[in-house]
This record gives sequence, structure tokens and C-alpha cells, in this order.
Amino acid sequence: MSTSTFFEHLVHDDRVHRSIYTDPAIFELEMTHIFGGVWCYLAHESQIARPDDYITGKLGLRPIIVLRDSNGTLRALFNRCTHRGARVCRDARGSARTFQCPYHGWTYFNSGKLRGVPWPEGYACDFSDGKYNLAQLPRVESYRGFIFGTLNADAPSLAEYLGPAKKPIDEWLDRNPGGRVLVSEANRLKFKGNWKLAYDNAADGYHVVFSHRSLLETENRHAADPNKGMSFYMGKPDEAPMYVQYFGRGHHFKDKRPNVERRPGALWEIEGAQPGMTAYEKAIREKLGAKALRALDLAASEPVNINIFPNLSILGNHIQVFQPLAVDETESVWHATAIVDEANELEGMAHAVNAIRMRTQESFPNFGEVDDAANFEEIQKGLAACEDEWVYMHRGLGIPGRVQKLADGTLKAPATDEVFMREHMREWQRLMTTRPNIVLAR
Amino acid sequence: MSYVDDGFYADIVKAFADWQRPELEISDVATRDECRALLEREARLLDDGRFEEWLGLYSKHCVLWVPAAERAGDPRREVTIFFDDRQRLEDRIFRLRTGKAWSQVPPSRTVRMVSNVEVFRAGEKLMVRSNLLLIEFRAGETRSLAAWCAHRLAHGKIDAKQINLLERDQSLRNPSILL
Repeated sequence: MSTSTFFEHLVHDDRVHRSIYTDPAIFELEMTHIFGGVWCYLAHESQIARPDDYITGKLGLRPIIVLRDSNGTLRALFNRCTHRGARVCRDARGSARTFQCPYHGWTYFNSGKLRGVPWPEGYACDFSDGKYNLAQLPRVESYRGFIFGTLNADAPSLAEYLGPAKKPIDEWLDRNPGGRVLVSEANRLKFKGNWKLAYDNAADGYHVVFSHRSLLETENRHAADPNKGMSFYMGKPDEAPMYVQYFGRGHHFKDKRPNVERRPGALWEIEGAQPGMTAYEKAIREKLGAKALRALDLAASEPVNINIFPNLSILGNHIQVFQPLAVDETESVWHATAIVDEANELEGMAHAVNAIRMRTQESFPNFGEVDDAANFEEIQKGLAACEDEWVYMHRGLGIPGRVQKLADGTLKAPATDEVFMREHMREWQRLMTTRPNIVLAR
Repeated sequence: MSYVDDGFYADIVKAFADWQRPELEISDVATRDECRALLEREARLLDDGRFEEWLGLYSKHCVLWVPAAERAGDPRREVTIFFDDRQRLEDRIFRLRTGKAWSQVPPSRTVRMVSNVEVFRAGEKLMVRSNLLLIEFRAGETRSLAAWCAHRLAHGKIDAKQINLLERDQSLRNPSILL
């Protein structure tokens, strides 16, 4: 059977085969075809703000160092000594002009170029030959602070790859002073399940009132009118103004903003109780008067999920990153963001906004994500039933008029529709049957 | 109305920095034993799922701080694993009691071991350092979490507690129990 026929058997209009979540051989192919073939999110620029700053991470399973070299150029080096393969950098983050491999002392500039090896007279080769430099991603680009990289020399530009997803990303950033944010630590979780379970969930409006029932009940336990958090999913969510949109290339968008009135302060009103919110709200109102509501909305969670295939979800105020560890294990890191107010638009109140914003960002990972992760683990366990082969994602399929094709080619559907999942699975299938033009730069 | 304000944060950040100084150490056996007994009672109530009684060990204006970074830092500027005031702790218990917090259905069984208790003077209050080894069984698997803890005690109650997990800056699997 050819590869394309094989994958055609796994992805159907209404369902996918269990093995795409469980088969180690498919996972290994994904590390080349998906995590080697498309732009992957690597880091946020605020994490490597100055020349020589670096953080270590992974592209698929490849250990990498994402850095700003001494000239300020963004790079993603393989964290793998050219000599014998040891990771040259073992710290999570730091600042360094060079990296020396602790094993035999080969040293590299942070551009990846080999600086020198101990006792070179023992070698007959020419070390100025580029082949001894650290390997690196041929393409690294940033979109408004979000750094992406790919090994695929034939990939489109990052801007083209993001396509219509740029608009909600711009809106997400532009609500903050100066149109930017800083990453400030993270809530880090992992679960025993395939990485796609998290990506499938990213725009899923169907699970909310079930998987997150305990969160909804908790947020609303003191509310006379239960309107806190994601309460707008109660009742008939498909009739609510929120929607799900498929952008192409595996990217999608769950836009819950239309459920919230378009006026300053509306977002703040639906925020659940957070430590410190009353005292800081008072201080912000006293200082900013009529402008206070805008500041308070910045402390509240932005009701969007902007999902960039395969490993990024911008949601609430978080930058969430999906990191596959194995076919059945995934890390889900919720990087928190803080506002920076260099123009002092908030008259010194950015500190107060951030003090609330940190607590609002701890809420979902603690009271929501843990329950999703438990359900992802239960899917992985359920899929061990190998004769029961199919996983269904056909909600909304075949109902006339339910999915609209917009003028820009994107697809729009009611909040609980699974069209986004069916579409990213089609894209997954296309990528799995297309060999990327993987090139290592040195 | 939460009692957490900028002054409260400033006090907590200051109180949990540079407190383990030799000249502040309390060697009095009776005091150390009282502190140890309180920590052991806390461990027992949590292991038995008696969360409301557990919260009774805390002052009215308490905080439970679990930093997410290698150095605890300032929770006003960075997220933590959690930074819970009394209302948030009550929320946490409420959520577990809904029966729909799927990460705890069925609930974890836990055994906590508390050791290496040292007591330090902090003005009118006491600061207690201890080590915690928590063994958790859930969904067919047994795993462990280790931490060093700092309890600030006032009038026989816990008024602030910091849990420094060994894996605080690493990804945690199902961190849904009450720590």
C-alpha cells in the first residue's frame, strides 16, 4: 500500500483511525512530516530580549537552543555537538556568547560557527569547513514577537503560513498597551496522551460544559446571576453569537468575544473571583477614573482561542505550547503574559493590572486544564480497545447551511461544531503524505 | 472582599526571603514539637480528605503560595503554580466536592511524610521549614512529589505557607490535589 493510500484509510470525512493517536511509527513520521515540515512556534521574543540571550527547547523531539546571537539575529541551533552528539547547552535559559561542549571541549559561537577544538594539531581536517558548525534551522522568523522556525526550505513565508490567523493575533496583541506583552513564567502540565488530543481540544466548544462543569459551578457559586467565566456555553451554545472558524493550514479560531458586550468593563464583569482583585480594582478606579475599565479589561481573560498548527494556542492571556514527548505523552505549557506600558498609558497602574492578571491566568490551568488533561488520558486508555477502530468528529457534518464558507475561503460554524477538527485532520493527512524539503543550515 | 492587596503581597514576599538565619533558629524542644505536631496534623487531615477541617488550621487571612520558578520571585509580576487566598482555597475545596472535577474522580489517595522540621523566629510569628514527601496513588499508578515547605505560624494557626516543589519549574502531571 502506498503512503498516501495508507493515510487515506486513516482519515475519513466523519472519523479518524485510532492509530493516529497510538501508533509509535506514525508518531515518528509526524516528527519529520509535521514538526519538520511546517512552521512551529519556538519561543516568544521577550524570553530572549537581549543579544546573547537563549532558551533551550525542542522542535518535535530535536533538542534546540533558541537564541538571539551576538549580532541580534534570531536563530534556532540544534543543541547537539557536531563531534559526538552531546547536548552542548544544559541550562533552561541564560545568556552566552559561546557554547562549550562539556564532553570534549568543542566550542561554538552563538551563531553556530565552530570557534575551536582542543589540540587541533591532532586533526588532519580543515575546521573552517562549515560542516563542523552546529546544525541550525534554515528558517527562523518572528511575527510580532512570536518566533517560529522550520526545517522545510520550501515552506511559504511565515506571514503566508499564518494567513488569516494574523488578524486575531493582531487584535489579541493590540488590546495591550504598546501592542505587546511579556512572557512571565508558566503553568506547566503534562499528560499521558498523544499531542493531537490537546490540539483537537483547542477550538472544541462541545466539551466545555461537561469537561469543565466543576469550574463553571465554582466560578458561579457566589454569583446571583450565573454569568461568570464561560457560562455562555450553558443552554444552547450553538445559538449564541460566538463561533468557530477554520483558517486553513490547520489553524483555527474559537471566538467568544461576540458573547460579551462591546463596551469597556464588560470583560471584567464576567471575570471570576481572584486573589487581590478587589483591592487593586479600587486602586485602579481611583487613579484612572473613566479610563479604569479599559485597564480592568486587561486584567481579565480575553475570550479567544487562536490555534496555530501544530503547537501553539493563544488563549485568554496565555501563550500555550503543545510539546510532544512520546506517542502517548505531551507537555502543555501555559506561558503567562504581562503587559508592558512604556508610554504610561495606564498612569502607573500597569503593575496593578499585572498583579490581578497573574492570578486570573492561574485559574484555568488549576481549575480547568487539569480536567481536560484527565479526559485526554482517558481517551488514550480507551483507544487501547484496538478492535473499536474509529474516533468520530462529525458534529455538524451534513447539516445544510451549518458551515458557512466565507469570501476569504475560511469556514465558519456554530460554537460546538467539529468542522475545525475535520479540517485540521485533512491537513494532517496532506502533510503526512508530502515529503518536506528538510535542509539543515550550518 | 479579599484581604490581598499590594501591602499584603509585599509582606509575603519579604517574609519568605532570607528567613532561615542561624541567629533566628529556635532550639527549644517544646516549641519545635508543637510546630511539628501542627504540620503532622495538617498532613493527616489532607491525607484523609478532611479539607474543611484542614482549612480550619489556617488563619482567616491566609495564603498558600506554590512558586512556579526556581526562585520564588514576586507573584505580582509572574505566575505561580498557585497563589491562593482563603476564598480561592474554599473554591478549590468546593470544586473537588462537586464530584465533577474529573482530574479527581476518583480521588487520589495520598500519604504525606513530614520531616526535617526546623523553627525560626520571625518577630511575633514563627517560620517553620520542613521537608515533604507525598506519595500519590490514582488511576492505577503511584507517583511521588517532594518539596520543602515554609509555614508561617501566628497564634497557633498557619497564616502563610510556601511549598517549593522539587519540580516547580518542570511540567507536572495532574496537579489537582490540595497540596
